[in-house]
Amino acid sequence: MSEHDSVGIVSPQAAHFDGPLALACGKTLNEYDLVYETYGELNARKTNAILICHALSGHHHAAGYHSAEDTKPGWWDTCIGPGKPIDTNVYFVVSLNNLGGCHGSTGPTSINPETGKLWGPDFPQVRVSDWVNSQAALADYLGIDTWAAVIGGSLGGMQAMQWSVQYPERLKYCLVIASAMDLSAQNIAFNEIARQAIQSDPNFCSGHYREQDTNPSQGLALARMVGHVTYLSDDAMANKFGRDLRSGSIDQNIDDEVEFQVESYLRYQGSQFSTAFDANTYILMTRALDYFDIAADFNGDPVKAFSTTKAQFLVVSFSTDWRFSPRRSREIANALIAANRPVSYAEIEAAEGHDAFLMPIPRYLDVLKAYLGRIAEDVL
Amino acid sequence: MRLDLTQIKQWMPQGARVLDLGCGDGEFLANLRDTHQVQGLGLEIDPDNITQALAKGIDVVEQNMDKGLDNFPDQSFDVVVMAHALQVLHYPDKVLDEMLRIGREGIVTFPNFAHWRCRIHLSTRGRMPVSKFMPHSWYDTPNIHFCTVKDFEALCRQKGFKIKRREMVGETSWLARTWPNLFATTAIFKITR
Repeated sequence: MSEHDSVGIVSPQAAHFDGPLALACGKTLNEYDLVYETYGELNARKTNAILICHALSGHHHAAGYHSAEDTKPGWWDTCIGPGKPIDTNVYFVVSLNNLGGCHGSTGPTSINPETGKLWGPDFPQVRVSDWVNSQAALADYLGIDTWAAVIGGSLGGMQAMQWSVQYPERLKYCLVIASAMDLSAQNIAFNEIARQAIQSDPNFCSGHYREQDTNPSQGLALARMVGHVTYLSDDAMANKFGRDLRSGSIDQNIDDEVEFQVESYLRYQGSQFSTAFDANTYILMTRALDYFDIAADFNGDPVKAFSTTKAQFLVVSFSTDWRFSPRRSREIANALIAANRPVSYAEIEAAEGHDAFLMPIPRYLDVLKAYLGRIAEDVL
Repeated sequence: MRLDLTQIKQWMPQGARVLDLGCGDGEFLANLRDTHQVQGLGLEIDPDNITQALAKGIDVVEQNMDKGLDNFPDQSFDVVVMAHALQVLHYPDKVLDEMLRIGREGIVTFPNFAHWRCRIHLSTRGRMPVSKFMPHSWYDTPNIHFCTVKDFEALCRQKGFKIKRREMVGETSWLARTWPNLFATTAIFKITR
């Protein structure tokens, strides 16, 4: 580890909440834990706090390293750190693992205090609005009345948008990156393929794999492989792998076992993921994505939803992102324009597909830096 | 500040909601915000300009107005400004229609192609005019739809737009005001439906 623009070594913290948290599904969580990390210092007036919302497979570890031996920094280290767009010399940054997650916050891998057994597949289906409620509880716990900004990419962008509608007074700025006001049928379809891959794995055991001391690794890996393909663009894959072979030959008269680089890469990604992520959490998170609709409580009209907001918005999309295409981001910007809310929109030329939102793309970083600089002038 | 922008400023009501088509680096909207308390939104396609506008605290939407403005509701702005962009548009007439659908009034500025220097350039040299104001050669110019003061007024008549105010900028201002089509380098029009 160690770069001069890193937040350095960070330690996760846990907050316990004696609920009850009423969930959108009708159930109630009587108590829950949220694991989070913070970077930078909260100022005396508590006006410089930024909430980072994570995407499908994300967690609380967004920046820095957990130890000196750590080789990989947090998932959004390109953007969070001293001198980086989300400048920890200026802002107090909070990043948490969402409810239902598998990185320490209460979820399917936790013990249900009422039964003394693993929640497993019985963990209630949480939605984006539930996450926002739990994040608001975390804000209270940390003494933060109003976020300077709530920021998220993809599913994280949905949470940021939901914040602006659900707690309009509690955030000044809302940054929605590579996201959408609801998922398209194509997107839901990809999520269903991923869920089917997991659920049809014989080791899934109807979600009770942990009690059986097994893991639907194959299904989880397959789910990740499908997801991974949709996060990259055709060009990005062509650039990264082309038709390169990792082993074997497809020359004539050679009957050789062939492995393309792209196959090897996807298998590696899948198998890594299957050991690090919980299958029930994956199902829960994809369902939260599917169910999200910013206009659900507004007769399906996003303009009405955004009319209730008080934040200023930045919407960002990436040219080759087909999972959350620029068209979906323009819909957000246009609904905000129609609602007469302050909005900026940038469409970043990038070859990396949906994954671009995690990448150090110069124009993207410039846009974030410019906008966060303006937020600092406003809130500090 | 460019003279056409100074003129627009004089016509700008305090506290107006302003859409600036082709807002550049946002300097003009920032100025209007500071002096006229306008609530501004810019449209721009140049990435560097967009970043600079954001840094100034100006809201800017990355959008090519030649591809339509139908995402903006009817009469949602007090003033729609388009300074020195008319001549680069593929569909200037359609954008003018849209300006007056979106805004209660439109302010348009453009270089006058019938300025005497252009005329002399074309009539004596037989070449497309290249000048301080129009520094590009014909083959690489972004200016694809030049018009004259008379052309613009004729288009307004044809479309039934009302010319509320008109101001001309030229090397000699009384000449530009008296014979605009010959002496104005830049024309500034405030139009409504």
